Amino acid sequence: MKFFQSPAVKVGLSISIATGLYGVSFGALSVTSGLDLWQTMALSLLLFSGGSQFAFIGVIGGGGTGLAAMTASALLGIRNGIYGMQMNALVSPRSWRRPLAAQVTIDESTATASGQEDPDERRRGFWTAGVGIFLLWNLFTLVGALAGNALGDPKQWGLDGAAVAAFLALLWPRLKGKEPAAIAVVCALATLLAVPFVPSGVPILVAAAVAAAIGWFTHKPVPAGMAPDIEPYAEPYTEHDGAHTLAESERRSTGQDGGTADSSDGKDAP
Amino acid sequence: MSLWIWILLACAISYLTKLAGYLVPAKWMKNQRMSRIAATMTIGLLASLTVVNTFSTGQQLVFDARLGALLAAAVALLLRAPFLVVVIAGAAAAALLRLAGWG
Repeated sequence: MKFFQSPAVKVGLSISIATGLYGVSFGALSVTSGLDLWQTMALSLLLFSGGSQFAFIGVIGGGGTGLAAMTASALLGIRNGIYGMQMNALVSPRSWRRPLAAQVTIDESTATASGQEDPDERRRGFWTAGVGIFLLWNLFTLVGALAGNALGDPKQWGLDGAAVAAFLALLWPRLKGKEPAAIAVVCALATLLAVPFVPSGVPILVAAAVAAAIGWFTHKPVPAGMAPDIEPYAEPYTEHDGAHTLAESERRSTGQDGGTADSSDGKDAP
Repeated sequence: MSLWIWILLACAISYLTKLAGYLVPAKWMKNQRMSRIAATMTIGLLASLTVVNTFSTGQQLVFDARLGALLAAAVALLLRAPFLVVVIAGAAAAALLRLAGWG
């Protein structure tokens, strides 16, 4: 498959542009919070996790200590560790690629990769989104830091709306059947309930814990439904497309692949 | 100068957190129960990221132009629009609502 014809690459590039542009907002806010240009760039280059970066400058801008800023940033970054575990199994970067993969393991690259069923597509999606966002996020952080507030509020351009749409679009294909939809609704509600009571970033961890608990307690020897995810960590297929389709059809015929909406309807909603 | 120390510490923690995930043996993730949890967790995280980005500003829940972005994206998805079109629909809805003076 040609690089630009890959659906995962298309998603990765789209999300890179939408997220990367938002770096303008970080750059501008960071210098107005009292960080200098190099400190701002250090956060985008080395810390590279949007939520953690905004939390760090938010605490500093609000008059908080460096320790408080670091703690908020660390708390928000915990989910990247969970993503790392998933990406290690799904994308399986080897040798020198592994430390690079770790740096670009964020919400968007993880979401792009886990939205794909084919192991090669997962890999393409992960790297396209991860590297694409890294480059554009840093470029636009620099633009924002240099231009300061001359650009105006990026919200004016609807960039925060782009993020909302991107995450919904990544979630959407997974909502086939009652069970995945029910999990999404429960986790969305858990998030909303948690927002007023815990520091920002933590509600996402609450939702992750709720989702993990649902997965743990509804586990069955032969799970049904959730078709794309039945074997997310199956050994990656290599180049040969023929073997891939064969393996797929074999799994189908033995019924291990679950099935789609109809097989999960009703009977295993949590 | 001391701010630099906290910045570099925050960067180190961030990277080590990410790397720690990769040091968990992939084998541990390769059984049916972990696969099931990975599947439910992906749905849970995406649902959570969607609502956090739509409704939260810090620790406050707010209804603003981002709600319009969510609805516009949902309509685009129902019409089976490609990913980029969905993202543009979300951005355009938020931008237009703000232009009209809401949120």
